[in-house]
Amino acid sequence: MRAFFAFWYDFIVGDDWFVAVGIIAAIVVTWVLADAGVTAWPVILIAVPAVLLASVLRRPR
Amino acid sequence: MHLALLALGAFLASAVEMVEALTIVLAVGVTRGWRAVALGSSAAFVALAAVVGALGPALTQIPIDALRVAVGGLLLVFGLQWLRKAVLRASGLKALHDEAAIYARELAELGGATDDAPRGAMDWYGFTVAFKGVFLEGLEVAFIVVTFGSTQGHVGIAALAAVAALVVVAIAGAFLHRPLTRVPENTLKFGVGVMLTSFGMFWAAEGAGAHWPGGDTFILFLVLYTAGFSLGLVAWLRRQRPAAPATTQGQGQVIP
Repeated sequence: MRAFFAFWYDFIVGDDWFVAVGIIAAIVVTWVLADAGVTAWPVILIAVPAVLLASVLRRPR
Repeated sequence: MHLALLALGAFLASAVEMVEALTIVLAVGVTRGWRAVALGSSAAFVALAAVVGALGPALTQIPIDALRVAVGGLLLVFGLQWLRKAVLRASGLKALHDEAAIYARELAELGGATDDAPRGAMDWYGFTVAFKGVFLEGLEVAFIVVTFGSTQGHVGIAALAAVAALVVVAIAGAFLHRPLTRVPENTLKFGVGVMLTSFGMFWAAEGAGAHWPGGDTFILFLVLYTAGFSLGLVAWLRRQRPAAPATTQGQGQVIP
């Protein structure tokens, strides 16, 4: 069972959990803004480079 | 006349969706091998046929936005993982060929979504990415056929136009895949990361309710945007890098 969950964690989350969490947060913010009638597409445009930069800077040294 | 316009509209709209699926299939196939991608695409066609056959005109009741968020979010996470590794390799902060060691370790733990699958083993990562891309785009084509066709009362003509688009796009893909294999491996992986991230951004935001300016054509901007900030990050990291490089081979071929 542990190996099963480890497989799916690795498959979906990968090397850096921060990427998955950052993307989920960006999608939630996009959804909330869009639901409120606010222009929401810039959220992903800003969030994705920010998540990539943060993930690269968080790399193990 | 209006039948010709219906056919043309269904053909073009279907072709746009199919080109999006083809882009993902080609990108993943060239970098990870064709077996898993072919199986993933075939499985997607079977699943698609089952869904379309079972639902028929009720197809439009499927919550496509929820599907877009799920597929887009996963593609975005997958794409950023690829892009992260490609950026680190291109900037010399990660060795180009350390995946064999990673793979051996993970295989001992059950096997996982490493960059490269061994000969003979099933590459579930490639399978899943191809399946999701083909299934989602295929479902959108089915939507187009049902909505275009039913509003005009000619589902058959819209379906024929979609089949014609599939044939044209498949022929284009057959011609394109060979030149792509000549591109250096790490450049290709960089490109795959850019493509998956771009499509993931598009679908995830659209599924969450955002409306991209210009609709589907905004994907082109997203590809350029993603490539631009990734290459900018590589250039910045290269300047930050200490004098001693982390890898000794192939850096010059990573970024075009």
